[in-house]
Amino acid sequence: MVKLTIEENTYACQPDETVLDALLRQEVNVSYACKKGTCHSCMVRSLDTPPPEAAQSGLKNTLKKRNHFLACLCHPEQDMVIKLPDQSEFYTEGTVVVNDMLNRNTLLLIIAFKDAFEFNAGQFVNLQRADGLTRSYSIANTPQESNTLEFHIRRLPGGRFSEWLHDEIKVGDPIAVSEPRGHCFYLPERSEQGILLVGTGTGLAPLAGILTDALAHGHSGPIYLFHGSREAEDLYRIDEMRQLAEQHQNFLYIPCISGKHVPEGFTHGRVNEVALSTLADLKGWRVFLCGHPEMINQMKKMTFLKGASSADIYADAFLVTPF
Amino acid sequence: MTDKQNNQEATMSKSLYERIGGEPAVNAAVELFYRKVLNDHRINRFFDNSDMDKQIAKQKAFFTMAFGGPNNYTGQDMRNAHAHLVKRGLDDSHFDAVMEHLSSTLVELNVPADLIAEAAAIAESARNDVLGR
Ligand SMILES: Cc1cc2nc3c(=O)[nH]c(=O)nc-3n(C[C@H](O)[C@H](O)[C@H](O)COP(=O)(O)OP(=O)(O)OC[C@H]3O[C@@H](n4cnc5c(N)ncnc54)[C@H](O)[C@@H]3O)c2cc1C
Ligand code: HEM
Ligand code: FES
Repeated sequence: MVKLTIEENTYACQPDETVLDALLRQEVNVSYACKKGTCHSCMVRSLDTPPPEAAQSGLKNTLKKRNHFLACLCHPEQDMVIKLPDQSEFYTEGTVVVNDMLNRNTLLLIIAFKDAFEFNAGQFVNLQRADGLTRSYSIANTPQESNTLEFHIRRLPGGRFSEWLHDEIKVGDPIAVSEPRGHCFYLPERSEQGILLVGTGTGLAPLAGILTDALAHGHSGPIYLFHGSREAEDLYRIDEMRQLAEQHQNFLYIPCISGKHVPEGFTHGRVNEVALSTLADLKGWRVFLCGHPEMINQMKKMTFLKGASSADIYADAFLVTPF
Repeated sequence: MTDKQNNQEATMSKSLYERIGGEPAVNAAVELFYRKVLNDHRINRFFDNSDMDKQIAKQKAFFTMAFGGPNNYTGQDMRNAHAHLVKRGLDDSHFDAVMEHLSSTLVELNVPADLIAEAAAIAESARNDVLGR
């Protein structure tokens, strides 16, 4: 067992525990969202020893050097003195300016900032409530569009953060937003490359940002967007996407419905299966996968087997926080 | 010393890993190899339910080893890494299949035959550890 020291207090960390689990068990208020090293909301700093390498994976070198690490990935090798983040260091306050429904269960949330917010279309941020509850949400717009961030938020019945956003947040309310994170975004290179976008539900959010960005950069290769859900009522932005497809000859939009009732103009089937049967060879393609974690895992493998190089496969699994 | 001798000297002292092309060669090999493995019904069940990115990282370790490159694996580590597969029936036939894919991957990448033979010999030397014997 090792000791974790925070200011005047010490906490025990059991051999099979991460620093995050040990602190949460002892009721220290640390923010976290994914417990998997993705969201970086649990980043803390070691004040005495360099943290284990594995606890720094995915951090910028500058942060590594200053002994920042992810509490959820850290199995300490020795006693540590830890500094919790000064929240203001990582979060910027924004103001809710739009709060509308995109369909029966998806909220469009737009947050405005005083100064420009730098990000790449397709990245995500952590939103934080005043009590410290934190969740990751993907950015749906591109940086060219003034100082705002757009989000698509699905209501999860019984979900603490999504229900709060749906039911309580109003236009004019302040909200804390982290720095942008994630590697799932468009880089303006190899513009003749084919791009495959596959998303379920609000997985459309990052894909819409990536799509807008690619088209704005004059991407000339074919771009296929497959957006899927069980019922047509759970898709959204359908008309906008159809319009874009009319304006851009290289962009194809294929809305997919896996349920029984399939209206005219929609393709029947699971989005991953439809995408794979539409595109026979993905050699040289760039692939973006967002949404349901199982769909993503399966598609990473299948698109790789169809020829996409693993370096060209980008994915954001919308993991729901484990308890 | 002539240039030729110099070259020869350099070649003699370089490891297989360096002669094959180091990390870039490993990266090129891993993707080809892993596609072959996942498409091979004789062995793909051993690789099935796993996270792709992690698996690719592990196959990178496999190639670095097969090329005699820098790694910290011991025979015991090889036993541990494959023990759960041996429990699920991993045997010589599966090992042979992996050896096939190793060679055909390197052939596809135009690696000279003598270097392929060296890599195959290194991999072969792990057989008993991998199969837990
Ligand atoms: C990189 C990333 C990007 C993401 N982007 C988006 C996005 O763009 N849009 C989006 O909508 N989501 C996105 N998500 C998911 C999002 O972060 C949240 O996980 C999601 O909104 C659910 O949070 P919640 O607080 O509402 O639910 P939670 O309170 O965390 O609950 C999760 C689930 O558990 C159930 N539950 C709650 N309490 C209990 C309990 N006591 N016992 C048993 N079950 C319980 C809930 O019903 C719910 O189904 C993303 C996630 C990641 C990791
Ligand atoms: C030819 C000799 C072989 C060598 C040198 C070798 C090497 C390795 C190495 C270095 C790892 C990574 C270990 C780790 O860091 O966890 C690994 C993992 C793995 N190997 Fe091998 N391997 C060999 C043969 C095989 C064979 C024959 C199979 C099955 C057909 C196999 C299946 C696997 C699998 C599935 C993993 C991942 C295990 C996991 O995810 O836990 N290997 N191997
Ligand atoms: S990175 Fe630790 S909780 Fe997400």
